[in-house]
Amino acid sequence: MDSILSLVIWVPILAGVVVLATGSDKNAVLARWLALAGSLTGLLVAIPLLTGFDTTTSAMQFVEKSAWIPALNIHYHLGVDGISMPLILLNSFITVLVVIAGWQVIQDKVAQYMAAFLIMSGLINGVFAALDGILFYVFFEGMLIPLYLIVGVWGGPNRVYAAFKFFLYTLAGSLLMLVSMIYLYFQSGGSFDIQTWHATTLGMTAQTLMFFAFLLAFGVKVPMWPVHTWLPDAHVEAPTGGSVVLAAITLKVGAYGFLRFILPILPDASHELAWFVIALSLIAVAYIGLVALAQSDMKKLIAYSSIAHMGFVTLGFFMFSPLGLEGGLVQMISHGFVSAALFLCIGVMYDRLHSRQIKDYGGLVNRMPVFAALFMLFAMANAGLPATSGFVGEFMVIMAATQVNFWFAFVAASTLILGAAYTLWMYKRVVFGQITNPHAEELTDINARETLLLGVLAVCVLGMGLYPKPFTDVMHVSVVDLLAHVAQSKLP
Amino acid sequence: MDMQMLYLIVPLAPLLGAIVAGFFGKLIGRTLSHVVAIAGVAVSLAASVLVFQDVLAGHTYNGSVYTWMVLGDLRFEVGFLIDSLTTMMMLVVTFVSLMVHIYTIGYMHDDPGYQRFFSYISLFTFSMLMLVMSNNFLQLFFGWEAVGLVSYLLIGFWYTKETAIYANLKAFLVNRVGDFGFILGIGLVLAHFGSLDYATVFAKAPELANETITIWFDTPWMLMSVIGILLFIGAMGKSAQFPLHVWLPDSMEGPTPISALIHAATMVTAGIFMVARMSPLFELSDTALSFIMIIGAITALFMGFLGMVQNDIKRVVAYSTLSQLGYMTVALGASAYSVAVFHLMTHAFFKALLFLAAGSVIIAMHHNQDIRYMGGLKKYMPITWITSLIGSLALIGTPFLSGFYSKESIIEAVKLSTLPGADIAYWAVLIGVFVTAFYSFRMYFLVFHGKERFHNAHHHDADSHGQDDHGHHGGTPHETPWVVTGPLLALALPSLAIGYMTIEPMLFGDFFGNAIYVADRHPVMVELNQHFHGAMAMGLHAVTTLPFWLAAAGVGLSAFFYLKRPDIPAAIQQRFSFIHSMLVNKYWFDELYSKLFAGGARLLGAGLWRGGDQAIIDGAVNGTARLVERAARLLRAFQSGYIYHYAFAMLIGVFALVTWFARLN
Repeated sequence: MDSILSLVIWVPILAGVVVLATGSDKNAVLARWLALAGSLTGLLVAIPLLTGFDTTTSAMQFVEKSAWIPALNIHYHLGVDGISMPLILLNSFITVLVVIAGWQVIQDKVAQYMAAFLIMSGLINGVFAALDGILFYVFFEGMLIPLYLIVGVWGGPNRVYAAFKFFLYTLAGSLLMLVSMIYLYFQSGGSFDIQTWHATTLGMTAQTLMFFAFLLAFGVKVPMWPVHTWLPDAHVEAPTGGSVVLAAITLKVGAYGFLRFILPILPDASHELAWFVIALSLIAVAYIGLVALAQSDMKKLIAYSSIAHMGFVTLGFFMFSPLGLEGGLVQMISHGFVSAALFLCIGVMYDRLHSRQIKDYGGLVNRMPVFAALFMLFAMANAGLPATSGFVGEFMVIMAATQVNFWFAFVAASTLILGAAYTLWMYKRVVFGQITNPHAEELTDINARETLLLGVLAVCVLGMGLYPKPFTDVMHVSVVDLLAHVAQSKLP
Repeated sequence: MDMQMLYLIVPLAPLLGAIVAGFFGKLIGRTLSHVVAIAGVAVSLAASVLVFQDVLAGHTYNGSVYTWMVLGDLRFEVGFLIDSLTTMMMLVVTFVSLMVHIYTIGYMHDDPGYQRFFSYISLFTFSMLMLVMSNNFLQLFFGWEAVGLVSYLLIGFWYTKETAIYANLKAFLVNRVGDFGFILGIGLVLAHFGSLDYATVFAKAPELANETITIWFDTPWMLMSVIGILLFIGAMGKSAQFPLHVWLPDSMEGPTPISALIHAATMVTAGIFMVARMSPLFELSDTALSFIMIIGAITALFMGFLGMVQNDIKRVVAYSTLSQLGYMTVALGASAYSVAVFHLMTHAFFKALLFLAAGSVIIAMHHNQDIRYMGGLKKYMPITWITSLIGSLALIGTPFLSGFYSKESIIEAVKLSTLPGADIAYWAVLIGVFVTAFYSFRMYFLVFHGKERFHNAHHHDADSHGQDDHGHHGGTPHETPWVVTGPLLALALPSLAIGYMTIEPMLFGDFFGNAIYVADRHPVMVELNQHFHGAMAMGLHAVTTLPFWLAAAGVGLSAFFYLKRPDIPAAIQQRFSFIHSMLVNKYWFDELYSKLFAGGARLLGAGLWRGGDQAIIDGAVNGTARLVERAARLLRAFQSGYIYHYAFAMLIGVFALVTWFARLN
């Protein structure tokens, strides 16, 4: 089949439209089942990407190309390599989990909720598959609309502030990115083709200016310090499913932009300004790690933890070695599993006690032993314990950093202490000890649906930790090719 | 059966036990759970014995089990290195683990978490075996962290007990500080050797012996010294060396069987094992070795002092463990790796014995752990008494017992070492002998001899040991069941004889062969060999040496103090109250760390959050938002909708433009 990527994008979107058509909450049951069927079909059509993937080539695979707006030379151009393919699978997989996670919890505007997630899933797949700049931009902006709605409609009391803040941050970056893309269109002799841009010669000034434009656009999404403060607010206000997608997927869109745009299009500026990104990444690891320690809201804590973990991703990218870059990619996938699991865990607790405050908990293990065991696994994965996926990326990036500069590794490795401190201290206060909150006395352990969700993620976390080879095998050739690209100067 | 299969069985049998007891424990019940777990470890021990015989026959193995990750030329494998050092550790780990498994049947008899406990200790055995059997740094780090995880889970086994869940977090975090150094060391190894495989790294090490790196401004550092010290920082965490020792005494909050298995016999010796395993690297840096020796000496002496004032039976043994780990570390620094590992082995037996015996006493005392409320237990608990006596005698280095051979060798080795710091270390380990004898027999006399004081016990901390409760039977104490005393007897035998039997092949024979490398410029072991005339002669000769008399003095003084004149220690305590309070407060390290590091980090985090994130960054963001809003309000005023406003504005505009053009021309 030649249109797998189109299916991967449009099946979830169409499913979303169908779910939307069920209308009001009278048909909530139908909406849920349709959404599950849609998300599963979405995952199913993505499987051929994995089974049919050729790990020996760095060329784009499953390519589709047809004219879209011929007047401006804009194409509907899709394709994946070892960098984007795993992200599409991750997204399609997480979408299924999110649908199941909202099964009982969401009772209000069910069809619209489910549809928003399905449509967003398709759009995000589009972001990862697009090889045309404008197509990318459309998906990149389009995916935000469902996300705004999810936070704005099903969110918490302060959702307007959170959505507004998010909007302000993103807008600034996106517009500069659009300007850069138009500049690239003219420099490349009238092309919006991303791969053509990879070969376009650019002067240092142009590279530097565009570097900061793209950096702002993608840095906000990652998010990098100091443009990160929207994330904790967005997480706190978002419903559980929103937080899961936000942490597991949308943050990766930002990191992906570094690999598809910044590094290959602006290699000279990337080398020249690597110190800048490295500095921001290290600040993210150490500063944000300390900030996470001070949080009393579990969602905020995990949000800050996400920022610190994404710092490893950007740090790894700018080590310019397979170890560092693949370490960053592995960290992205792993963080997809671990952060999704942790937000689901917080959701499990929130559904029972309607609080995200650490102080309202304590002694959960007495009533919820199965949950406590799974939560422990994910907490340990978040702390980077070997044999969990959380270790693999951190380990690779620390190793890569030591090769470049001892002090990079020194700051990065502080996560061993900080990550363990904020995660396990929270775990101790929430799960261990005597039950202090009288409401916690009546808690019930996780039900079959919740066990399924967390169990599947536990398998992913352990599987990737014990045997990461399949993941890096998929990435390696594409990463080596990308690094070869980055090593070549594009100055005229 | 081929050997590779056997190697796999050694770690996987306990893992299987852990999985069965952990996931199906409730289903199959208590008895079947412990049967499966014990069978797993027993199979592992049997397989280890077969592997040991194979290694004795001269067969070593270095091979991969599976490839964890490949990046071009860089391969990360999970694999085994089987040589004499590995097999010795395998035997110690599986034997002590089996004893502890059996003992647990008695000790944890009434605990609701019975199956979970078996699952954890089997999982620990698996992790520890993966650590010692590893043939590369990555898997070493895996095992290293995995034993740390199980230690964390077991210290906090009674998860409602506030002190336990404080202690386990503390243990994990302090260990992470060590791991921080450890992983940087591993990073430098990978960066400079291009591999994490032991064989490759060790083979290439001599080439890089004089390599320097610049870390701090332009000062060149010897690469091997930096790597050695960083790796050793990992060992300082795991093996609880000063100043990362603070977690080990608190780890006693966990159930006693794991104090014996994890926090005395095996896990805490992982650091010692690691340095011995890395001898080809450490031998290249005298700086690192000196550093190791001094850290070890501080730990050996100053942690021993703390043991003299403890009243909790387990904490006395815990400080003794810290001190003995210091002895092993000193031996490593003196390039006497085989001696360190030898002491590791003898210590594993007699210290596991002492802990399990302490646990037996604790059962009889209905979980009162305060030795001031014991005494005279000798006649009620004959097996516990005699085995404790054997353990204590072995610990203080009584001639012909196992601890004598290993400790005496350490002292002699340090005496022969010429590295900077060796003279201080020598005095530290020498004084340590007296200290060890004093605190060991202080505890021994207070527990087993003298007046029976347990009738006065108020069971004051019965509540804090709520889950560790075996029921209050009252009445006279009695000997514990055979599942408890059996392991005591089984551990007493090697505590008596293993040193006598193995000193010759292990220290002076070719048992370790190529497993341990010592550079020619560190001839400590060669010189030690010249003084050695057999185990019997060494034992007989002991009465003419200083350590023997120091130990005897320690025993004598404690007998005088605690059997004859208990008023004297009380008077000393009053007279030197500052020193006493310094020792009771463990030199105030806990207070310092909790205020400076734990408190400081939280304060800094809160400051960065409120000052950086909220005030500056969000201040700017919200300020921008407000600015846009205000500008919009201002601009809105211009869009009044009145034609004459617009016409007026146009007029002004035209006027301005005309003026500008006119000036331009």
